[in-house]
Amino acid sequence: MKSINTPVKAWNSIGARTFSGLVLAGAAAGMIAAGPASAKVDGDTIILGSAISLTGKYSSNGIDTQNGYDLAVKKINEMGGVKVGGKSYKLKIQYYDDESTPARTAQLLERLIEQDGVQYILGPYSSATTIAAAPVTEKYQVPMIEAEGASRALFNKGYKYLFAVLSTSEQYLASAVGLAAEIAEKNGKNPADVRVAMVFENDAFSLDVRAGVVEDMKKFGMKTVIDDKMPADLSDISATLTKVKALKPDLLVISGHNKGAVTAARQMQELQVQVPMVAMTHCEGAKIVQQFGAAADGYLCPTQWAETLSYSDGYFGSAADYDKLFKSTFEGYSNVPYQAAQASAAVIVWKEAFEAANAFETDKVRDAIAATDTETFYGPIKFSEAGNNLAKPMVLRQIQGGEYKVVAPSKYASDSLVWPREAMY
Amino acid sequence: MFDNLDLLALAPALNIQLLLDGLFVGAIFVLAAYGLALVWGVMNVKNLAQGEFVIMGGYFAWHLSTFGIHPIASIPIVFAIMFAFGWAVYLAIIRYVISRDLFTSLLATFGIALVVQQALNLAYGPEVRTAESGFTSHALFGGLVTVAEIKIVSFVLSIGLAAAVITFMKTSRMGQAIRATAQDPRAAKIMGIDTERVYAFTYALNAAICGAAGVLVSMIWVIQPFYGIPHSIRAFVIVTAAGLGNIPGVIVTGLGLGVAEQYSGFVLGAEFQQATPLILLLLVLIWRQVQMARHRQVVQ
Repeated sequence: MKSINTPVKAWNSIGARTFSGLVLAGAAAGMIAAGPASAKVDGDTIILGSAISLTGKYSSNGIDTQNGYDLAVKKINEMGGVKVGGKSYKLKIQYYDDESTPARTAQLLERLIEQDGVQYILGPYSSATTIAAAPVTEKYQVPMIEAEGASRALFNKGYKYLFAVLSTSEQYLASAVGLAAEIAEKNGKNPADVRVAMVFENDAFSLDVRAGVVEDMKKFGMKTVIDDKMPADLSDISATLTKVKALKPDLLVISGHNKGAVTAARQMQELQVQVPMVAMTHCEGAKIVQQFGAAADGYLCPTQWAETLSYSDGYFGSAADYDKLFKSTFEGYSNVPYQAAQASAAVIVWKEAFEAANAFETDKVRDAIAATDTETFYGPIKFSEAGNNLAKPMVLRQIQGGEYKVVAPSKYASDSLVWPREAMY
Repeated sequence: MFDNLDLLALAPALNIQLLLDGLFVGAIFVLAAYGLALVWGVMNVKNLAQGEFVIMGGYFAWHLSTFGIHPIASIPIVFAIMFAFGWAVYLAIIRYVISRDLFTSLLATFGIALVVQQALNLAYGPEVRTAESGFTSHALFGGLVTVAEIKIVSFVLSIGLAAAVITFMKTSRMGQAIRATAQDPRAAKIMGIDTERVYAFTYALNAAICGAAGVLVSMIWVIQPFYGIPHSIRAFVIVTAAGLGNIPGVIVTGLGLGVAEQYSGFVLGAEFQQATPLILLLLVLIWRQVQMARHRQVVQ
């Protein structure tokens, strides 16, 4: 027994000593790395922090987001930076790669706030990582302006330091309801007489979309004639479409990610469904135009932003100007993703909030963000109590001759709506 | 629910639409179920990869269509490819589990299903695909009923294919050998039948039939690497409800299931469409149980 125990004890004591040494060294290194709490403003540079998906499953959209952040920082710095207390400050972003993992996002934000002293956060990419990030920024009472988390789950927890420039998921198809009401009025009909058929996937995103549609329908007193959920594999909704043909609703709304969109487009073509207004999510992602050609004409498809919109600001000019600048700054983009545009808009909000607060104290800046009421190339931004942007409507594009044309809201439309829809079956 | 029933009464033409759609898709269910009945009946292997073979066939048809081959023209090619694939899977995996317990063969075929799903995902990505037939639809009863040409064509093709396989089983030497093996593999072996070859042929034939069903699915529905499961479930429901070895039963049950799904989707809502086969299966099993209990009482 003794011969066995002795070496173990010896090893343990060495191990314990080594371990305590490592802890001390780690603590010392941590103290050095932590730096001063004033790292949020370093000389004439304001440091923003972001844990973003530069690798992993969200990396392509993560890089789009990073490019959007960087372009706005470059532009603002070129225009003289941020003016606080009569002095000009440059913006700089400290990035960490969250590897598309929500847990890592939370860890890296702790590091940014605790060790690096960053007090101003730009959101990560995706709802999943933003959901992980929000409790951290809330814990440290550090404001986060996010551009890529649309889930409603982010805005019903009472967070005070979370602000989102994009439209949340319940707004995806709500503008289709408004458009249907507008058309009804134009045709001398009461919007309350508009009959709506709804087909949604039974998942969190689509049910969020449905909730938005239902809320807006209530405002106008519209009637629901069909309220079906898609079958689990989203492969056959022909029975529902048969009901649609018989009941002839004025508006058909569909949401089921890319798979649901393909199924709906295929079966509407086959059953020759003639509803005057059809709105569905994920048209672009599902490549509806490429797959179904003229049969997809007239679909209304929601998007967060488009370069044809009539939004503009003093930083980038119009949405089309932003589109041009982005393409000339970053190689390999034939279309500018809306993820990049909303990322740039988030940086603009930071800039304006610093100037409005005329201070760097996080609480003052947080209150200035909360009071934001501005127009940008990405759209108007005004936050609700919950922190989501209520001012920017989701944009509806209609497929016209195989191209996506912005038709709603009317104020920003580049083309007029084709009503009733003229599909070529 | 009652509103939808009223709708059917108000517009009886809708019944025609639901009936036709049900029969058209039911015919495709029959193909996959027929293949399963074959493998289950002859080899006693419950092939959980049935739906994945269907989707695989669909992807081959879609892939061939990108080379300009019409999906219908690709049926014989896909049939041949899937036959060879089925034979290879038999040699690599199935022959080692055929004499083992039920759990082993279920695990093995479940593994095949997962590998096929992931391989398709790797090769074609997770996007939903459709193979375009280029056929049009015809509107009847003032547009209330629409009949898609492709559905008629696929109905005829699937019934024709099922008939061809039945004829093959009844008249050819291999068909007779398969039936003999299904009845008593030991006796068949003693009589000089190469049962190992019969098993390989049966499994390959099942994969080929599923592949052909997949071509039709890709033309009238949508395909995606992970869409095999509903096809597997339907095949199991049809074979279980019809009874093993009951080929006319498989055909009638498959067609009936297609119609039942369409009606339940219409009346109860699309979300209940896929619950219907399982509810019907439960009812059939309960009914069978009652029948058997009665039979036992008579024997006593």
